Amino acid sequence: MSSTDLWYATRASGLMALILLTLTMVLGITTSTRARARNWPGFAQQEMHRRISMIAVVFLGIHVVTSVLDTFVNISWAAVVIPFTSSYGTFWVGVGAIALDLMIAVFVTSLLRARMRPGTWRALHWLAYLSWPVALAHTFGMGTDSRESWVIVLGIVCVASVAAALAWRLREVSRQASARTAHASVTGVPPKHLVLSARSRAGSRRA
Amino acid sequence: MIRILIDPAACDAYGYCAELLPEAITLDEWGYPVVDGKPLPPELVDTARRAARDCPRRAITLRERKGGR
Amino acid sequence: MHSLSEAVPTTGRYRLLGHPTDLAGHVATLGPAPLPSGSARGWHEAFVSVLEASGLAGRGGAGFPSAIKLAVAHAAGRGGTIVVNAMEGEPASDKDKLLLIRSPHLVLDGAQLLAAATSAQRVTVCVPAGREQVASAVSLAMAERAAAGCAPVQEVMVRPPDRFVAGEESALVRWVESGRSLPSFRPDKGTPLHIGRKGALVHNAETLAHIAMIARTGPEAFRAHGLVEDPGTSLVTISGAVEHPGVVEVDRGTPLIDIANRATPIGAPQALLVGGYGGSWVDPVHFTTPYASLSLRAIGATAGVGIVIVLGQDACGLVESARVAHYMAGQSAGQCGPCVYGLPAIADDMTRLARGHVDPGLMARLERRLREVDGRGACRHPDGAVNLVRSALGVFAADLADHVGGAACGRGNRPSQLRFPQTKRAA
Repeated sequence: MSSTDLWYATRASGLMALILLTLTMVLGITTSTRARARNWPGFAQQEMHRRISMIAVVFLGIHVVTSVLDTFVNISWAAVVIPFTSSYGTFWVGVGAIALDLMIAVFVTSLLRARMRPGTWRALHWLAYLSWPVALAHTFGMGTDSRESWVIVLGIVCVASVAAALAWRLREVSRQASARTAHASVTGVPPKHLVLSARSRAGSRRA
Repeated sequence: MIRILIDPAACDAYGYCAELLPEAITLDEWGYPVVDGKPLPPELVDTARRAARDCPRRAITLRERKGGR
Repeated sequence: MHSLSEAVPTTGRYRLLGHPTDLAGHVATLGPAPLPSGSARGWHEAFVSVLEASGLAGRGGAGFPSAIKLAVAHAAGRGGTIVVNAMEGEPASDKDKLLLIRSPHLVLDGAQLLAAATSAQRVTVCVPAGREQVASAVSLAMAERAAAGCAPVQEVMVRPPDRFVAGEESALVRWVESGRSLPSFRPDKGTPLHIGRKGALVHNAETLAHIAMIARTGPEAFRAHGLVEDPGTSLVTISGAVEHPGVVEVDRGTPLIDIANRATPIGAPQALLVGGYGGSWVDPVHFTTPYASLSLRAIGATAGVGIVIVLGQDACGLVESARVAHYMAGQSAGQCGPCVYGLPAIADDMTRLARGHVDPGLMARLERRLREVDGRGACRHPDGAVNLVRSALGVFAADLADHVGGAACGRGNRPSQLRFPQTKRAA
């Protein structure tokens, strides 16, 4: 494979990984504990989230391997995981290394989910919230294609999707918190987990 | 004979189990799982194991029990 | 080998109340607690066999055989804790309060005996926050015992929150361990409770008092009262439409109406509520039922905690039951969906029923909810509430027909004959 082929592979797989990671984020953020209440297939969504993240990891792998194998620029294997040690593009490759490290943590802990306490798993999984913007920064900071208009549009769409997902999630959280407060004041019981108001349960299936 | 056992204190009504196993688990009007306590037909056991593994709150266990309760 | 039953002669009839409260008087009247000295092994076997022979069942509401509970705890190993459950969450119950104020040494002796039998290292007495009279009495008794060397195992008192579910034994143990009063899901009844890595044996205060008496008098004195299948005596709190509410000591198997009559009901009782707010209503047709687990189960009721509440003629059973349902809903620990949402929904349905605001689907909906909520919590709290409501629908069927027909009975505006602690929500 020529250096040019490797270079195209690096760029293409990088952008694919970004798209898939964005999709993974959106599916993960919009997981609701009350999916059932809206006749939404929550388990299927969780499965999609997992499977897409695995495909993203594959593209990420191709991106990393091709960038190291490409002899035109000098990026060592170590520089892939140790930030700011690459001689080529020290800063932005370093940012990519940070994103990769965080994603490895998220991925590995998810594989070992059954073996750790739920609170620990959750805290580590939330590193994803950090890794995604760092990956996005790496994509545009590297500069290779980031001045192409379609890539800019792609970037905007990714950011908008995650932002929309976050906005939805925050709204859910606040609705559930106020429903929980309402329930507590009526019954005197503080439920340990989030409560949905009766109206939104209208769609839930009956036993 | 394998039965599904759900820890009500851990359950947070995600509803994934009912999605996977509608033959054995239904949801009450508040979204919480109702299990009838009968032994699982053998063809559902693998799916039940999956539901137990993938429950976000790890509220499901499968119990081996000889004979009736 | 130290024989447990050859202790000091009894004061006559087996009883828990009526003995001197102070330590010196207690020991003078009843003798010291027959704790082991020397050969612990022989003592342990003797103690277990005395307990088994007595047939004592727990007096905290579950009625579990005490000898079996001891065996399970013993298997959990040394260094555990004996937890004295004086939480008495049922608002209509006063027996444990009274026992700790009048005969604290009996309760603590019982705990020491169990501590010796399980090689426990601590006795932890749980008195709810806010019950200062009980707490002072316990404090005083513990100080007397420490000074006189009557407490081979260290005795401490703790003050958990005063909530109904806080007295559930797994919630109590969890509170002692971590400060969170939440019941655990225990599908295997044979597994012992733990505080940290050590075992915890929880017993109701009255049960411990019985253990202390039985160890002194021998099992026959206990079995001389009550029935073969439900021996001994029980403390019962009588309240409601009566002239002399209070705590009485009765033989198990006493007909319910005889127990109620000890408090002099005002007029003929319309119904009796047996076992507390998690218990059952009993129809006049069954008033002669013996106060014993099997006999009560046969009429669809439960013995529960020693409580008999008399419902007067001018009260409405459905209205009172709606109030109980709301109270029980508010006392949920908040852990399990069916309890957190189901009990308030049931309480709402009961309130509509009580007020005569009956929509066509109400009865079917209420029945479905009762079925769905029963047995689906980590603890038995929702089961108790369901039990109460179901028994109300049965016993007050005539009123039910009127209410469903749209006519509220008018007795609903009277003040309640039942006791409810101050809660945020008015029933």
